[in-house]
Amino acid sequence: MGIEDKLSDRVQMIKPSGIRKFFDLASQMEGVISLGVGEPDFTTPWAIREAAIYSIEKGRTFYTANRGLLELRKEICKYYKRRFNVSYDAEKECIITVGGSEGIDIAIRSIINPGDEMIVLNPGYVAYAPGVELAGGIPVTINLRHEDQFKLTPELLKAAITPKTKAILLNYPSNPTGGFMTREDYQKIVPILKESGIMILSDEIYAELSYEDEFCSIAEFDEIKDQVIVVSGFSKAFAMTGWRLGYILCHPTLSSAMCKIHQYIIMSAPTPAQYGALEGLKRCEDEVIKMRDSYKARRNFLVKTFNDMGLETFKPQGAFYVFPCIKSTGLTSDEFCEQLLADQKVACVPGTAFGDAGEGFIRVSYAYSLEELKLATEKIKLFVEKCKSH
Amino acid sequence: MEDKLLLSLLQQNARMEVTDLAAALEETEDNVIEKLTELEKEKVICGYHTIINWDLTNTEIVTAMIQINASPEREYGYDRIASHIYKFDEVDTMYLLSGSFEFVAIVKGKTMQEVAHFVASKLACLDGVTGTSTFFVMKQYKNDGVILVEDEDGNQNRLVVTP
Repeated sequence: MGIEDKLSDRVQMIKPSGIRKFFDLASQMEGVISLGVGEPDFTTPWAIREAAIYSIEKGRTFYTANRGLLELRKEICKYYKRRFNVSYDAEKECIITVGGSEGIDIAIRSIINPGDEMIVLNPGYVAYAPGVELAGGIPVTINLRHEDQFKLTPELLKAAITPKTKAILLNYPSNPTGGFMTREDYQKIVPILKESGIMILSDEIYAELSYEDEFCSIAEFDEIKDQVIVVSGFSKAFAMTGWRLGYILCHPTLSSAMCKIHQYIIMSAPTPAQYGALEGLKRCEDEVIKMRDSYKARRNFLVKTFNDMGLETFKPQGAFYVFPCIKSTGLTSDEFCEQLLADQKVACVPGTAFGDAGEGFIRVSYAYSLEELKLATEKIKLFVEKCKSH
Repeated sequence: MEDKLLLSLLQQNARMEVTDLAAALEETEDNVIEKLTELEKEKVICGYHTIINWDLTNTEIVTAMIQINASPEREYGYDRIASHIYKFDEVDTMYLLSGSFEFVAIVKGKTMQEVAHFVASKLACLDGVTGTSTFFVMKQYKNDGVILVEDEDGNQNRLVVTP
């Protein structure tokens, strides 16, 4: 009997991430210019690093409470109130997790029974649908549309809800599209969510990277607040990806249920990372603003550059990705990215890595300096001209 | 136009081309040029300098921070005596401070002797200057927000492609 037979049906059912193939291709090649990274190019602000080092020097190396340091939870709740006008109780409605990723996992596992449907948006972040499947649920996709700038519209939402729908997973600002939901956009779907009573898992990891409208959390709508589970973290806004620190804000009953899973599988999030994050929330808002301003300038540059080279690109209002349409080249997303890599040594991620609704698009990250973006887009332009002349 | 964003882009890279500035600011090139001219005229933009780490060149350069005590003057306060100091070419940067001395001047020269000579024969003899203390710079770590000693890997160890 082979070892493969020992694997659970569930893990065998999960497909490997579509990103993997590109990672393998790009990392084998020398001198690749990558626009394929989903993490900030900034190093974590020194004040955060220094606070974490200090905590280690002071011997603060033990487990924290399961839910995380109370002081940090209080700061998180104050921060959500101050920035996004949503109130949560630090003792009963907040759990500090190992990255937003753990938050998504334990939130899904706390609400999904085998056979329950959970709506996920397509294109969407690679971990959502597998997360639902691992919990025994059935991911049902809503194919978002370019003409809507990948927003969730009431029509699409209504059509996707069935009696078996237990929950929906939202992610705005979005990875990979940079799509954004304004307060007015949410106002159109909130009545449907209220009427259906389904749970809403809102991944708000890119909230701080909103460039035009102020970010609006769906938890701000009182009529559905109890249905909402907010997942966020420090990775993007505070450039802390490697620290693996996130949090969940939700109704105390849900929070207690999630904390059960969290305490068994994790115990508590890494202690030095929690001390670092505490410093970040208290004293690094200026750094966050500085980074946001840089991202905004880069986004503007990319949107213009891609449109000028004939690849239609809408102006995303958040996150650090643009999502150019490459249909005019006659290539599929996969072909475009593979040939671009072979021809110009520039790595982008095909839209299809984020679901089949990403066909015809590529994800271009602007977590790079303007100089790097300029160099890379000059090469992409050469490639596009070649494609179109054939 | 977002003046602050324009200024911060130039502060990071004074050589950024007008085309790229225009794209980053969602403006026309003409508007950017007009705005730059205006900011230059108003002396908001005082120059497009380069931060150079002279330590890595063969150039002999000595920097000293000089604390200066001075007496204020009726009508002028400290400004007139300050102008008598900062107009010397040797003075690179100068500030009026609160505390136990009035000014700090950053002075540059080719050798320690040259700087010492400037302090003794020019600066300390000025009417209104009542005392100086000179501190020679041994090593420069950071200048204008730029760290000049390489002590971090930066983002070079990011994976090439991540979700």
